[in-house]
Amino acid sequence: MRRLAGRWLHRRARTPAGVRLAAAILCAGFAVTLLSAQATQGAAGPAGTERVLANKQAIAPAPGEMTAPIPSSPALIAQGQRLYANGCSSCHGLALQGRRRVAPALIGVGAGPVDFYLSTGRMPLSNPRDAPLRSPAKYSRTQIDALVSYVSSFGGPPAPDADPSKGDLALGLHLFTLNCAGCHQMVARGGLTVGAVVPSLLEADSRQVAEAVRMGPYVMPHFNSKQIDQHGLDSLARYVLWTHHPDNAGGWGIYNLGPIPEGMAAWFLLALSLVLFARLIGERTT
Amino acid sequence: MSPDHTRRGRLRAISSAAGGLLALGALREALKRHRTPPPPPPEGSEDVSEREVPANRRAETVVALLLVLAAFCGFGFTAAYVAAWHHNWLLGLTIGTCLALLAVAFVIAGKLVVPQEIAAEDRGLLLKEEEAEEVADIVEEGGEGISRRKLLTGAAGLAGAGLLTAAATPLASLGPNLDGIHSTPWRRGVRLVDDEGVPYRAEDIEAGTFYTALPEHADPDAFGAGLIVVRLAARYLDLPAARRSWAPEGILAYSKICPHAGCAISLYRYPTYQATSVGPAFTCPCHYSTFLPGEGGRVVFGPAGRALPQLPLMIDGEGHVRAAGEFREDIGPSWWSVHRGDS
Repeated sequence: MRRLAGRWLHRRARTPAGVRLAAAILCAGFAVTLLSAQATQGAAGPAGTERVLANKQAIAPAPGEMTAPIPSSPALIAQGQRLYANGCSSCHGLALQGRRRVAPALIGVGAGPVDFYLSTGRMPLSNPRDAPLRSPAKYSRTQIDALVSYVSSFGGPPAPDADPSKGDLALGLHLFTLNCAGCHQMVARGGLTVGAVVPSLLEADSRQVAEAVRMGPYVMPHFNSKQIDQHGLDSLARYVLWTHHPDNAGGWGIYNLGPIPEGMAAWFLLALSLVLFARLIGERTT
Repeated sequence: MSPDHTRRGRLRAISSAAGGLLALGALREALKRHRTPPPPPPEGSEDVSEREVPANRRAETVVALLLVLAAFCGFGFTAAYVAAWHHNWLLGLTIGTCLALLAVAFVIAGKLVVPQEIAAEDRGLLLKEEEAEEVADIVEEGGEGISRRKLLTGAAGLAGAGLLTAAATPLASLGPNLDGIHSTPWRRGVRLVDDEGVPYRAEDIEAGTFYTALPEHADPDAFGAGLIVVRLAARYLDLPAARRSWAPEGILAYSKICPHAGCAISLYRYPTYQATSVGPAFTCPCHYSTFLPGEGGRVVFGPAGRALPQLPLMIDGEGHVRAAGEFREDIGPSWWSVHRGDS
């Protein structure tokens, strides 16, 4: 046996040395690739179950704070699971675990973010690199409820809510000025910040306002109940609803953008027309 | 639509446009026709160019008095600016009265003190000696109706001085208050408190949101008092080597005053999911200067000429956040004498 093995080892190779070298390099390359692939998978945990964490999680409503009721039944959860598998799982993963560098995990995010992103039409995104912008909702209210109850069945807090009728408009204006107007503009018409578009709040309802404050969607900071309590949230919602139909003193509203466009209208339109009028009536006749 | 139809449509459009133009022209003609020539001067009326205005001592006294009063109000504006600058109504009242008195004085002087004359001159050669003399005579005559020239000149000079002083006084508001830039209320050990005076605990500072902090037991209105405080996840922290210890637990504090034009920085972005959006940053609402809190306030966008000044922090035994020292550079808008620190 040893002799046989020795003879096999010392036999003359039939293949040329160059081919043998190339084969050896190929084999070594395969081995290295396989090993390193295993190493990265090992670092990432078992394939398919690794959770891709978001930087910030929605803040759970504090005890006694208003929450939105989520209808939940086995049938609804089953419907939600079907919708999820069709519309969300390609990025967020079949087990809600997320996908590295594409989308965060949804385990434990709760009802608020799901309702917010779906009811404002920000999700589903056709390209995960796009900024989520407000658009018509892709799902009906029942479908959104189904998805909310499905994702909530993996744990997480209920959605925050606000009751504008309990809010104080003046306090809402005060809180909005302090915390929101820097980006969203005084009458919530939106604007720009560096690296993101700030949405107008013209279409926001009170529940979406509460959810956005508590979760900080996309790059917006979030605010906990120490910063803005439930009464503050109610007041903010009342103010945002007020901005949908602000009191106009009359005349041309110019989207309530504030004194700068109003001044520009005065200078460039009114002043110009006055000059033209003066030119017309002041013409020399002799 | 058939070609015939289109042609007819075009014709109609052209004719209506022409009609509109004609109507405009007619309106202009009508306007011209309505302008009546100026009525001829009524017979026997006084020719203004011949009118003699005798020296009117009473009017002169009134004018001088008004000018002196205007001067008094002008200096009053400066006094109010220095002594009671926060009473806007006093500033408005003094400068407004000053200008109103000046206007009344000029009106009275024009009507009653200076002789009025309307002279029409035919255009001709300008360099005729006798005509030049005539002009000089007319100018001299203009001053002959005034008897107390020195009084009026003095009063007018006084009023002018008062008005000029009032106009120049607000220049003091343009200059920065140097003390506020070079020294802030922040010292080693000063606690960070919120707008109600409650000290911040390290555990109160959450990632993903931002806080405004003020110095404990110090004037909250002081120029350098306001801080913007955030907590960053370790992955975003890339501070210069000398500042590694400035951010305990990842809590960072920066001056709230933008180093470009001095606005209060009130925009903060913090990504929900880093891989598909931009990283954390402060943005100034005035001109969108954008600073990275994780990299010592480095400017990545906008007109700001230097990094946002950072305040070193520490956490005491009770978990309260305290300043670990002063600002190492001047805070506030950048101008020529700003000390930029070692950053």
